[in-house]
Amino acid sequence: MSTRLATGGRLVDRGAQIEFSFNGKRLQGFLGDTLASALLANGQMLVGRSFKYHRPRGIVASGPEEPNALVNLGEAGRFEPNQRATTTELFAGLSARSQNHWPSLEFDIGALNSYAARVLPAGFYYKTFIHPRPFWKHVFEPIIRHSAGLGAAPKDRDADRYEHFYVHVDVLIVGGGVAGLQAALKAGAEGKRVLLVEQTSAWGGRAPVDGGDIDGTTAKEWINTALQALGNMPNVALRTRCMGAGVYDHGYVLAYEHVADHTPQTDAPRHRLWRIRAGHVVTATGAIERPLSFAGNDVPGVMLAAAMRDYVVNFGVSPGDRTVVVTNNDDAYRTAIILHQAGLSVPCIVDARPQADGELAMQAKALGIRVATGAGIATVRGGKRVTGVALCRQAGEGATTEEIACDAVAMSGGWSPVVHLWSHCGGKLVWDDARACFRPDPDRPPRGADGEAFVSVTGAANGDFALAEILPDARVEEPSEAPLLPVWMMPQGAGVAKRAKMWLDFQNDVKVSDVQLAAREGYESVEHTKRYTTLGMATDQGKLSNINGLAVLSHALNAPIPQVGTTTFRPPYTPISMGAIAGEARGDIFQPIRRTPIHDWHEENGAAFEPVGQWRRPYCFPRGQESHAEAVAREITATRTSLGLLDASTLGKILVRGPDAGRFMDMLYTNMMSSLKPGRCRYGLMCNENGFLMDDGVVARLDEDTFLVHTTTGGADHIHAHMEDWLQCEWWDWQVFTANVTEQWAQVAVVGPNARKVLEKLGGDLDLSAAALPFMGWAEGRIGDFRARVFRISFSGELSFEVAVPASRGRAFWKALHEAGAEFGATAYGTEALHVMRAEKGFIMIGDETDGTVIPQDLGLDWAISGKKEDYLGKRAHARAHMTDPARWKLVGLQTLDGSVLPDGSYALAQGRNANGQRNTQGRVTSTYLSPTLGRGIAMGLVLNGPERMGEVLSFNTVGEATVEARIVSPVFYDPEGEKQNV
Amino acid sequence: MLILTCPNCGLAADETELSPGGEAHLKRFGPGSEDADFEGYLFHRANPKGVHFERWRHAYGCGKWFLAARDTATLEVFGTYPAQTTEPPAEIITRIRARHPDWSPT
Ligand SMILES: [Zn+2]
Repeated sequence: MSTRLATGGRLVDRGAQIEFSFNGKRLQGFLGDTLASALLANGQMLVGRSFKYHRPRGIVASGPEEPNALVNLGEAGRFEPNQRATTTELFAGLSARSQNHWPSLEFDIGALNSYAARVLPAGFYYKTFIHPRPFWKHVFEPIIRHSAGLGAAPKDRDADRYEHFYVHVDVLIVGGGVAGLQAALKAGAEGKRVLLVEQTSAWGGRAPVDGGDIDGTTAKEWINTALQALGNMPNVALRTRCMGAGVYDHGYVLAYEHVADHTPQTDAPRHRLWRIRAGHVVTATGAIERPLSFAGNDVPGVMLAAAMRDYVVNFGVSPGDRTVVVTNNDDAYRTAIILHQAGLSVPCIVDARPQADGELAMQAKALGIRVATGAGIATVRGGKRVTGVALCRQAGEGATTEEIACDAVAMSGGWSPVVHLWSHCGGKLVWDDARACFRPDPDRPPRGADGEAFVSVTGAANGDFALAEILPDARVEEPSEAPLLPVWMMPQGAGVAKRAKMWLDFQNDVKVSDVQLAAREGYESVEHTKRYTTLGMATDQGKLSNINGLAVLSHALNAPIPQVGTTTFRPPYTPISMGAIAGEARGDIFQPIRRTPIHDWHEENGAAFEPVGQWRRPYCFPRGQESHAEAVAREITATRTSLGLLDASTLGKILVRGPDAGRFMDMLYTNMMSSLKPGRCRYGLMCNENGFLMDDGVVARLDEDTFLVHTTTGGADHIHAHMEDWLQCEWWDWQVFTANVTEQWAQVAVVGPNARKVLEKLGGDLDLSAAALPFMGWAEGRIGDFRARVFRISFSGELSFEVAVPASRGRAFWKALHEAGAEFGATAYGTEALHVMRAEKGFIMIGDETDGTVIPQDLGLDWAISGKKEDYLGKRAHARAHMTDPARWKLVGLQTLDGSVLPDGSYALAQGRNANGQRNTQGRVTSTYLSPTLGRGIAMGLVLNGPERMGEVLSFNTVGEATVEARIVSPVFYDPEGEKQNV
Repeated sequence: MLILTCPNCGLAADETELSPGGEAHLKRFGPGSEDADFEGYLFHRANPKGVHFERWRHAYGCGKWFLAARDTATLEVFGTYPAQTTEPPAEIITRIRARHPDWSPT
């Protein structure tokens, strides 16, 4: 049984008892506990089930490397799955549930998978996907879908808030152990701006547990003195509960701070994402102990040796009454000594080395603890809890030499430096044979903009495990340690039955036998083996398993470890919350919203908005109980019969000016723009160098040197950027400048048979008659009191004036139009009415008829391509074989035989099926609407040889099995002669 | 996240202020050019692991395009320079050669 000891626990406050719950059961802990230590104090060693075989799993570690103790934490808006119990600080009312079991943690039916282990070997998923297919679909998939998976997905909106924090420092130090503190003292004394972050709530790293004296004081006192000195330096900032998550290019670092996870009732943000630019980064991230691979090393009660002493010293918790320690090094003897000093029984230290005569071994022996050398664990006894171990000779094949009853096993296979942050941005590693670990290669560091190293490493993260190595200038007293013996399998001659019970990756259920199988099947690359076996691919990213798995693979391949290499270390170091990544960017401030000068009127008048880029545009203006469709129909009818008003302010407006403006415009557009006369407008098409249509719009020539380019609403910014790109990078000697004046102007489309009347009623100095201002002309002057530019252009097919007034006058002008237009039933219309009316006229819409693969010739717009110009952007591309292929689908109108509306995105079906068994196609719908004007569905689409197939009937698919028949017609459904717009 | 100094306004700009524009010093092939030349201009990119010349726009700054020479493997920046040139300045070539003596422009 694990239990709370009567005394001890340097991090807990025994005066502050806290109530929490696990699987609905009410339990007690202390302030300062982690959820893991509190569970152990309550005798709860069994905390979850493994991913594949649903084997019972207990707490293995005491920090972020924990693979097993993942819980569903919290309720409703504070629910979060896969939270590590070992790094979750206890608070009053914490509620946790275990994961991945059914129906209960104690009795799990999925554990039957364990008996099926032989049919779920490495690469099971891949093999089963391939063959036999029906088996996968009908047998395996339902079982796996039901039993696999970790925590539950949250269902509620996150109740917490999060924030980002930007900071620039000279030196960032990650890790607040002795090495990190020492680095901060040094950099702080040099006057540098220093930030020191520590992922836990306590400073000092392992030293307070593992001991050692520094300059005549205990490690604990040295740490306190260092913290005091750092606190007195105004240039040094210290943060606990703040993890260095990732190191990126040129000194950019993300750190992840648990601000209020342990105090959820406060108003503070839950997490803070630190976005740091550091001149230099020091990683003092320590090391992680490795498990040993022996049969049954996953039975609850088997823990890492250092974690076990952490629970005793830090939390006053004993993981077991009788603990067998198994090791290949001296460090694990510390655990035996601490357990013994806490009054717990250590029946045996099983040391794989032939000799154990280091200082720590001698201390343990002096305390009367038995040491068995040259020995290993043949197997662990027990199912949901360790009941004993069988010993064997490490050099042999695992014949049992003796049985020892115990309820816990402390294992240590040596230590692996935490090299993650060093590696994130390109730092390379070297294999250190003596210490049997990868450590940072100082000759191949991550490099900054100046080509020099911007990350350095200190302490255990560098493979310097002893205090004397970390503090070379200090007087350190600590036991010297004898060398470890690399042990990658215990015993070294274990047979297949034992190897199939040696876990490498506890979370993903990968065993020694799986990696060996992968090697036998020809997997030589560690990256491939990882994916094939899923070793190290669980939420712990292989913090315990990677090096052990790599060693097993290298043995199986008969190649040295450094030759096999490691997998890639990717940020973040441990998972960080999606909330922290989003920060404040949610709800109303997810992104900026652009509002036209008339936006408030739309809101006041019940507009239903739709997003168009960062703009919000009215989709329609429903009145009373009107549906959107009814509102759109009313708006169209009002516009076509009398007077409609559209807020067109979002339309892009870019000035192009200079002596070479005409030449430049001729390059931008497919048609001739330099010949446009001042006072006139021309519709034009823009292609990119690939020849694909990217934008369209009306150009007005303001004067000899100046063009006003109208772009689509979504195109204003990127078309302006496109112009600047060519001007700055290709034709930089041309005398042209551009200015994006989109937001300088409010623009209103005044549309319908009464459009001229309402403008004339407002008065002013402009002659708006057809003679003075004909179709495709523009004029500048006054309408009423408003300084205005009036463009006679039409996107609806009706008589239409687009009137631009200064932005500050937009709302007043809109109001004046409504007042003067009242007698004509002036009706505001939205984007849907705009779309339907343009479709009735067969006008294309960028983004509907085009999708980045469509050229003007596909849309029957050859008339807008100048044959006279030597060059324009896209001209060379239009001559490519694929572009001139007569089999390209071309624009036509489509009219259903039954008058229905064709489904959006529907395909015209052709005979036969393709290689994938899908129906062949010969066209697709690009725009489809109900036309209130015509009282039936209208559509446009791209069809193979479409323009030559007028009158032919095609079948279009629907989501179901049914098809819809539609006839190929002209895309101009309304007023084909264009008489209405030209009056 | 890279930092590049905009030669137009002098600011050391975070990558979030910049928008990338792909390989620099491409020669435009227009109407009348050979298919192979045009294909190379549109689609073929060096994409080296090592010395690379790139186009960047100081999009959330001064708005100007500039060019950068950097090592895509080590992230070392050899320098940035105005976009109005068809080849890298001599001092940047010198800096590249100091680090990669065998390097030559292709
Ligand atoms: Zn700039």
